[in-house]
Amino acid sequence: MLTGSLRHCHCRREICMLIRRPSDILPSEITRREVWQRRRTLLRAALAATGAAVLPAAVRAAEKLPELRKSPLSTEEEPTDYEHVVNYNNFYEFGYKKPDPAERAKEFRTRPWSVRITGACEAPGEIGVEDLLRLFPQEERIYRLRCVEAWAMVIPWVGFPLSSLLQRFRPTSEAKYVAFETLYDPERMPGQRTKVLDWPYREGLRIDEALHPLTILATGLYGEILPNQNGAPLRLVVPWKYGFKSIKSIVAIHLQQHQPPTSWNALSADEYGFFANVNPEIDHPRWSQKYHRNIGDGLFAAKRETRLFNGYATQVGDLYSGMDLKKFF
Amino acid sequence: MVLFGRAVTGDLGANPVEELTHRSGDWALRFLLLTLAVTPARNLLRWSLLLRYRRMLGLFAFAYALTHFLIWLILGQSLMWPEIFRDLIGRPYVAVGMLAFVLLIPLAATSAAAMRRRLGATWKQLHRLVYLSAALGVVHFFWLTKADWSEPAAYAMVLAVLLVLRVRRQPARRETE
Ligand code: HEM
Repeated sequence: MLTGSLRHCHCRREICMLIRRPSDILPSEITRREVWQRRRTLLRAALAATGAAVLPAAVRAAEKLPELRKSPLSTEEEPTDYEHVVNYNNFYEFGYKKPDPAERAKEFRTRPWSVRITGACEAPGEIGVEDLLRLFPQEERIYRLRCVEAWAMVIPWVGFPLSSLLQRFRPTSEAKYVAFETLYDPERMPGQRTKVLDWPYREGLRIDEALHPLTILATGLYGEILPNQNGAPLRLVVPWKYGFKSIKSIVAIHLQQHQPPTSWNALSADEYGFFANVNPEIDHPRWSQKYHRNIGDGLFAAKRETRLFNGYATQVGDLYSGMDLKKFF
Repeated sequence: MVLFGRAVTGDLGANPVEELTHRSGDWALRFLLLTLAVTPARNLLRWSLLLRYRRMLGLFAFAYALTHFLIWLILGQSLMWPEIFRDLIGRPYVAVGMLAFVLLIPLAATSAAAMRRRLGATWKQLHRLVYLSAALGVVHFFWLTKADWSEPAAYAMVLAVLLVLRVRRQPARRETE
C-alpha cells in the first residue's frame, strides 16, 4: 500500500529506509551510492598521491563504511561499471534478453521474504531476510564473475558466507549436497509464464563447495541493497563456477544425500554440467571457453584469457584433486 | 554504419560485440525472407512493380550477412585463426551460418542485369539457392538458441509459409510463362 503510493516518487528508497527497522539498513545505504563512489575515487587518488601511511584520518573514515568489512578474499581488479552490472543480466524469470530484468523486475516486491532450510540437518526451519541481515555480519566481496556465454564482470558484492547460514541449521553427516530453489510465482515473475526452463530454477552444490569460504550469499552490491534484477533479496555467488550456478532470489535450501537436479543441466546435459567450474580447456558446444570479454572493455578490446576456476585455483583446486574435470565438467 | 557509430559511442550497451552480431544477423535473415516474399506478394497483389525491389532486397540481405560475418571474424574472434578454424568445424551453428552465407556470394555476384541475361536459364536455377540459404539461416538461428525458441520459431513459420506459396504457385506459373 505504502509502496504503491510512493511509486512515482524519486526518493522512494530513502523514504522506505526511514520506515524500516534499523537492523534492515545496510550500512552502505546510509551513504548514497554516488557519494560513496566519489569517495572511493577520491581515496584512490589520495592513495596514489600520498601513500596509505600518511592518509588523513578523515578520508580513511569515509572509505571504511561502518560495519561493512572489506574481505581479504576480494580481488584487486577494477569493478565493472555499476550501470553495466545492473543492466546486463541473465535472469530468465524476468525475460530472456539481457536488458529485460532491469526493466521488468522494477516492481518486484522482495518483502516479506524468507528462506526454508530443510533436509539433512538437525534444526530445519525458516529464516526471514531481515534476520539474515541482522544475524550475519555483511561484508564486501569483490569477485570476478564469468558467464558461460564467454563474458565476464568484476562485481563488488555485499554478503556473508553460505557456511555461516548452513552451520546454524547443523547439517548432519547425510548432507552431501545442497539444493537451492528460486521463487516460483509466475504472477510476479513473468518469464515463468513460458516454459523455457523447467521452473522453478534449481541449482546445487556439493557440500564442500557450499561450505567453502569463497561461497557467499549476496544481499547487496556496490554497497547498496541487492537490485531486483541481480537476484534480490538473496542470491548465491560461487565465483569459480559459471554464472548460472549462482542462483537468484532463493526461497529454499535443501540438504541431501544425492546430487540434486539443476535447471540448465536438465535442459541440456552435454552443454551445462553439474559442476560447471570455469575451465578454458573444456569447450562448451556453443562457445569456446578459452577466452572471454570483460563487460565494459568496449568494441575493440582484446579478448582475455580465461583461467582455470576463474583464477581461484589456489583456493579451490583442492576440492577437485583427483577428479576427472573433463568427465565431471 | 549507424549501428557501428552507436557501438563506438557506447550506445549499444554492455556487450557491443554481441549486440552487433545479433542485430546484423537478425537483419540478414529478415531481408532474406523479405526477398523471398516479393514474388508471392507480386502474385497476390498483381503488382509487378514490386519485382524491381527484389534485387535490392536481396543485396541488402547479402550486405547484412557480410557485415555479420565480418563482425564475427574481426570483432568476435579478433582474427585469431586457430579459434576461427575450430569454431567453423567444431560448432554446427557456425558451420551452418557459414554455408548460408557462402551460398549468397554467387547470387550477389551474378545479380547484375547483364549477368542475368548472360546466364539465362542457369541464372534462375542458381538463384533458387536463396531458399536453401534462408532455410540454413533459420537452422543457424535454432542451433544457436539456448532456451527461448520463440524467435527462431517465428522465422521458421514465415519461411514455411513462403515455401508453401512457392510450391503451390509452381504449376500455374509454368502455364503463363
Ligand atoms: C545468411 C547468413 C546468416 C544469417 C541469415 C544469420 C542469421 C543470424 C541470426 C538471426 C542470429 C541471431 C540473432 C539474435 O539472437 O537476435 C545470428 C547469430 C549469430 N551468427 Fe549468424 N547468420 C548468418 C551467417 C553467419 C556466419 C557466416 C557466421 C560466422 C561464421 C555467423 C555467426 C553467428 C554468431 C556467432 C551469432 C551469435 C551467437 C550467439 O550469440 O551465441 N552467422 N545469425
